[in-house]
Amino acid sequence: MKAAAFDLVRPRTVADALAALADGARPLAGGQSLGPMLNFRLATPERLADIRTLAALRAHAETDDTITWGAAVTHAEVEDGRVPDPTGGTLRAIAGHIAYRAVRNRGTVGGSLAHADPAADWISALTALGGSVRIAGPEGEREEALTGWMSGAFATQLAEGELLLSVTIPRPRPGARLAYRKLCRKEGEFAMAIAAVLDDPARAIRRVVVGATDGAPIIAEGADAGPRAHAAIDAWPGEAWKARLLHVSLDRALGDIAA
Amino acid sequence: MTTLTVNGIETTLDVPPRTHLADALRETLGLTGTHLGCEHGVCGACTVELDGSPARACIAFAAACAGAVVRTIEGFEYDSVMAELRAAFTAHHALQCGYCTPGMLITARDIVLRIPGADEARVRRELAGNLCRCTGYQGIVDAILAVLAARRG
Repeated sequence: MKAAAFDLVRPRTVADALAALADGARPLAGGQSLGPMLNFRLATPERLADIRTLAALRAHAETDDTITWGAAVTHAEVEDGRVPDPTGGTLRAIAGHIAYRAVRNRGTVGGSLAHADPAADWISALTALGGSVRIAGPEGEREEALTGWMSGAFATQLAEGELLLSVTIPRPRPGARLAYRKLCRKEGEFAMAIAAVLDDPARAIRRVVVGATDGAPIIAEGADAGPRAHAAIDAWPGEAWKARLLHVSLDRALGDIAA
Repeated sequence: MTTLTVNGIETTLDVPPRTHLADALRETLGLTGTHLGCEHGVCGACTVELDGSPARACIAFAAACAGAVVRTIEGFEYDSVMAELRAAFTAHHALQCGYCTPGMLITARDIVLRIPGADEARVRRELAGNLCRCTGYQGIVDAILAVLAARRG
């Protein structure tokens, strides 16, 4: 399939990019989801703004309490440890199982969060870690917690004309663990079920995220987050076989934490 | 107009933004070694080296590759690792129809250089994004493992 005709602009700064978005352009980052959508003509934008190489989106930063990845950091850069991983390797491992290396070399963390496929990895993993995103728009910049980020499949708090700049991840304290399990029939395909569990005793945080629910993830927090997430899966309106997979992935992730 | 480097030669393309990189390579530059299978980033037949790393040419748009350095299968003629892989693919019957082979070779070369200690399970995992409908993969995996073993000495 071939994409329908579109115009392409290549802004050099965030301000230029916002001007292009205000003028009706849609952002194009790594294009690993948008490219297929364009080729299938599921997306037929009139104009795209190529933001993949914007310096502000390619940066990363660290503080004592957080790490920040620019939105255009690629999955391969996380996989290779070219940007810091606050979990001591779990995010690197998650990155290494996103799609395929040729896709990870182009696909971006911010693109994945903005596209918000329910079965994508970063939505679940970074939500479990308590991440937040920084957004630029016509009214200035703002932060959004990932726990409230998705309102449904492919639907987020990102408004028309806004640009996702970066994601900030609080550092888990020593002794904390992030467990992440997904079920796929084939390496690299979108997951049929995802469970991410953060257990951070020093901060008294236990957060469970169940992803690949065909909508916004199931999120439960607190000491009984596991049982409450299981109860939420029982109440989930999807098909029984898929609910079963969600239960299994959650059991496995909780088992990793308990091990 | 989009200027990029293809197989070491600076090239200016006059293609609309909707033209993906694989079509620009094949139709405009005549580099038909880059094959098109699914055209939505799943099959890996169109895999090229883009700025030094493997990428899908069917979901990269040529106009968004301005300034990029592209290497297609034709650009690896004198590459020593690719020469080892070509010989191993021949010895291990790692191709039949050959449609997936350019993408397989570019992915294989990345495996050999990036993961020198890869075992069979890792090679199979890394090949998951390149589909072959002839060989059942065994020959391809054997060929890559042979090159890895030979380079480890």
